[in-house]
Amino acid sequence: MSAITRDEVAHLARLSRMALTDEELDHFATQLDVIIGAVAKVSEVAAQDVPPSSHALPLTNVFRPDEVRQSLPPQQALSGAPAVEDDRFRVPRILGEEM
Amino acid sequence: MTTIMAYDEALDRFEPVLGLETHVELGTASKMFCGCKTTFGAPPNTQVCPTCLALPGALPVANEKAIESTIRIGLALNCSIAEWCRFARKNYFYPDMPKNYQISQYDEPLCYDGYLDLEVEGQTFRIGIERVHLEEDTGKSTHVGGATGRIHGADYSIVDYNRAGIPLVEIVTKPITGTDRLAPQVARAYVTELREIMRSLGVSDVRMEEGSLRCDVNVSLMPRGSSEWGTRTETKNVNSLRSVERAVRGEIERQAAILADGGKVVQETRHFHEDTGTTTSGRSKEEAQDYRYFPDPDLVPIAPDPAWVAKLKAELPELPSVRRKRLQAEWGVSDHDMESMHNAGAIELVEATIAAGAPAADARKWWMGELARRANESGVALANLPVTPADVARVTELVASGALNDKLARQVFEGVLAGEGTPDEVVAARGLEIVSDEGELLAIIDQVIADNADAAEKVRGGKVAAVGALVGGVMKASRGKADAARARELILEKLGVSG
Repeated sequence: MSAITRDEVAHLARLSRMALTDEELDHFATQLDVIIGAVAKVSEVAAQDVPPSSHALPLTNVFRPDEVRQSLPPQQALSGAPAVEDDRFRVPRILGEEM
Repeated sequence: MTTIMAYDEALDRFEPVLGLETHVELGTASKMFCGCKTTFGAPPNTQVCPTCLALPGALPVANEKAIESTIRIGLALNCSIAEWCRFARKNYFYPDMPKNYQISQYDEPLCYDGYLDLEVEGQTFRIGIERVHLEEDTGKSTHVGGATGRIHGADYSIVDYNRAGIPLVEIVTKPITGTDRLAPQVARAYVTELREIMRSLGVSDVRMEEGSLRCDVNVSLMPRGSSEWGTRTETKNVNSLRSVERAVRGEIERQAAILADGGKVVQETRHFHEDTGTTTSGRSKEEAQDYRYFPDPDLVPIAPDPAWVAKLKAELPELPSVRRKRLQAEWGVSDHDMESMHNAGAIELVEATIAAGAPAADARKWWMGELARRANESGVALANLPVTPADVARVTELVASGALNDKLARQVFEGVLAGEGTPDEVVAARGLEIVSDEGELLAIIDQVIADNADAAEKVRGGKVAAVGALVGGVMKASRGKADAARARELILEKLGVSG
């Protein structure tokens, strides 16, 4: 049985604002299924006494002091933007929701 | 057109359940995960760097002061502090965050399970605190085109990332029940108290008008006698204390009308409109909420040293509610008077006036009487009136010394508020000092007795109460500057009657 359905891929695509064709949905569903299946092998070897880990390094409390550092000049900050207006990043129309 | 049910009727039939989510921007010098400044109102995109713009390869490092402030907030709200917790990525596709996720906390908040006690109209309400967590603020979008400047109908948006990455603390209450009719007032009192706690901790400037304190209001209704909660709505971005109260009230009225009509409340986000005090529908919750949280691999877990937490706890300042109890005892005022002063934002002013030498009763009298009235008239907060506690203390001193009476003192305040200078300058410029020269006073009295022969005759005949008209005449003739008590004595003396 597949771990990921075509509907789930469609849902993820919607959340990411990606328009996928029916062929692409089938294609990615198959691919993602293989990936998830491979990752799932980990849980076969992880016994109950092995806690899930989220970080590779055994570190905690890595902080920086509250000190101001130089920001980028605005021209440089905006230099990679596809479109700029009034020193702001111009983005396409945001559909469907309001925040 | 939204139909509503009158508030009283709504409360006869339904019981409200509230939930409040408050966001507080911390007043750190630098952002949460990078060294950019956090100054409000800076030119667009001047406080940004590779980290807060999410340029490839940039890595976040947590601001220690922000962690400390969050723990102090949690302690002030009687929370437990996590022994170990992580930051999580909240994934969503929206241009207010350039990363396509916001660094937040999910099921492991830094502080959890606390409470805050409130006094509202003589009743105590214990508001449960579900969690206090730390996240980063988002950028600011401006929507261009369209009729209203809002997203709907906009042609495109422009984004300033100065605010993106400023440390933001989210404080979430447990469901608040049992407030009954006082729900709107309890909600307002809660946000007011939170704001004062933040101020006393010195962790934020908590300016609602600048957005450094923002509140989302969740409201649901259940029919009287039921214990099953109804469907809730979340009203976003309620940006003044008054609006918190109005938003709760407005949602209760709106939901009651729907339910009474046999309808269903839709679970959704709603937007509060300051001008009308009503809310309108935003996006519906189901489709928007799929944030696929997972632990942020770029940020290692936080495990606050218990000794550090104990030290922060020991060093907490006196909290506002404790301070109010202390001041109330010192000033000897009733619960009701203290609550009025608190609601009027007068406590600090009264305290400073007393510190400047005024007796407690006088300080309270002027701030809560004449000055509160004038603040009300001109629609400004008491603290924003152009009069200082030192001014008020000086006026009480002038009254106590007999140089002014209350009526003249009110004129002095009028002058001070009109920008005519200090109380002493206003007294000198307007010639407001009480007539203390008895010769001058006696001359006025003779004239008034002559002008009011009828009243004078009645007094002579034993109707001492009639002296009031004569005293009134003297006050009028002296334009309020006579000492009324002394004038009364002198009039009675002149008319050969003992007072």
